[in-house]
Amino acid sequence: MISPLDILTSDLLRYPLIIAVLIGLTAPVVGTYLVQKRLSLLGDGLGHVALTGVAVGWLVGAWTTATPADLLAIPGALAASVIGALAIEYVREVSHTSRDVALAIMFYGGIAGGVVIIQLAGGTSQNLMGYLFGSLSTVTAPDLLIALVLAVVVLVIGIGLSSLLAAVTGDEEFARASGLPVRTVNILIAVMAALTVTLSMRIVGALMVSALMIVPVAAAQQLVVGFTRTMRTAMVIAVVCALGGLLITVYVDLPPGGVIVLATIAVYIVALLVRTVLGTRSRTGTAPTEPDAETRTRQERSAETAHEVAAARPHTGWQR
Amino acid sequence: MNRSAEPVVEVRGANVQLSGTRILHDVDLRIAPGEMVALLGANGSGKSTLLRAVVGVLPLESGSATLFGQEVHRAAVHDRLGYVPQDSSEAGSIPATARESVASGLLTSRSWWPRTRDPRVRTALDAVGLGDLAGRPITRMSGGQRRRVMLARALVREPEFLVLDEPFSGVDLSTQQLIASLFRELTARGTTILVVLHETGMLERDITRAVVLDHGRVVHDGDAGDRPPLDPGHEHLLDSLPPHECLGQEIHPA
Repeated sequence: MISPLDILTSDLLRYPLIIAVLIGLTAPVVGTYLVQKRLSLLGDGLGHVALTGVAVGWLVGAWTTATPADLLAIPGALAASVIGALAIEYVREVSHTSRDVALAIMFYGGIAGGVVIIQLAGGTSQNLMGYLFGSLSTVTAPDLLIALVLAVVVLVIGIGLSSLLAAVTGDEEFARASGLPVRTVNILIAVMAALTVTLSMRIVGALMVSALMIVPVAAAQQLVVGFTRTMRTAMVIAVVCALGGLLITVYVDLPPGGVIVLATIAVYIVALLVRTVLGTRSRTGTAPTEPDAETRTRQERSAETAHEVAAARPHTGWQR
Repeated sequence: MNRSAEPVVEVRGANVQLSGTRILHDVDLRIAPGEMVALLGANGSGKSTLLRAVVGVLPLESGSATLFGQEVHRAAVHDRLGYVPQDSSEAGSIPATARESVASGLLTSRSWWPRTRDPRVRTALDAVGLGDLAGRPITRMSGGQRRRVMLARALVREPEFLVLDEPFSGVDLSTQQLIASLFRELTARGTTILVVLHETGMLERDITRAVVLDHGRVVHDGDAGDRPPLDPGHEHLLDSLPPHECLGQEIHPA
């Protein structure tokens, strides 16, 4: 039986736990901006592209006879996902219609590139399994260092500039008219997503990376209102799920990525239930002092239609 | 308030295309400091497009646009601008609170740091009568309340030039009166206003000039009073109404 002391003293367990906390802190920060921009699937696309990067890293490692063979896997993933993020942002800017197609091509191309290139590198798709689904056994000290640097970069930008990032993702047109650097912010968010994917890939796996960005945010949205509170609540949920999920896999032989993601989904379902119950209770409580927002909007909309009809009429004497 | 005698807006020979369709044709627009200019025209006449070109959101295909004598793409001139876009259903999927939304108006080309607790946010919300709803997410507000939040977000910038796209659409009469009286206060302080409207309505007496667009061209630029009818192509609609004496009677097909 592994004691709590072993967890804290053994590098084998301590490193993944530190990375889990880092993932829990960073993923929802990026996820909040992605959800706000309605780009929830970007993390998934980048996860797939990162896989090609892993394979390219192996290939370069094989050429340069690096040891271990996967020494360059994570740097490869980092490079590929950053390039992928910039590419998708470019497509988004140039053409609004083909964005989801570009994302889809990224999904397929990422996986296909990964399995083909890993074979070229003398490996098999089995070598990719750890990166696809995440694992505990592969975290080394250099991995920890890379994760720490990536997490600090993402948190400094994502939290330090949160007002700017929230303004741009919330209303791009207003941000542009206010002289804010909209394009730079969009690129920053895409790159932050790429860094988070790379950071999370080892433990959570490329196929599930995005879940930790999106699901805690969706759960937080059920519980709190406002942009900043949503982000903070999502961070708490993600840290608890990442740590809790990982600790479960210390005692039970289960894949950590899957357990962590299932934990976030469980929190989401509980949050949904809590909101439904509380919502029902508040509806049966005291009557609201002003008309329901939706009803008012409807009334105003009909007023607007009447206004438009009046405006569409040609000018005649009786109007003045 | 007016820092210089130069025009606030100077648009010359502006052509704008959207998705391959030319929306604006050789449009000229000049607005002097302190004016309240109404941009009028039927749906699809290019009012909003011109407005968005003026605030630098849409690029010009040809021609030039300057704000305060500088190119519109220069970020620093936008610090002197307050923009109220049309109420968009495109708002992000995590609704900001009214306070957060208005605070985002405090960001400028040089200052990007959080200021939700800035007293100016509260003042701006109070000015539009929403001081009590500061913590409410904008998606849980009525259309009229949301318009007021967007107005507060522009006002908090203490703009020298306020640009609004149909501020009265979907807004009840008392809110319209509130917005109109805010405009009067602002123009009295020297703020320049450019506003897209369907109808001059309760601003009729406050507007210094009306610019009417038709199919992307300026067809009138002068007094609000002697402008041409907004949509001359639709007179036949009135002719198609049944004669007055028929109203209220049952219809018997021949």
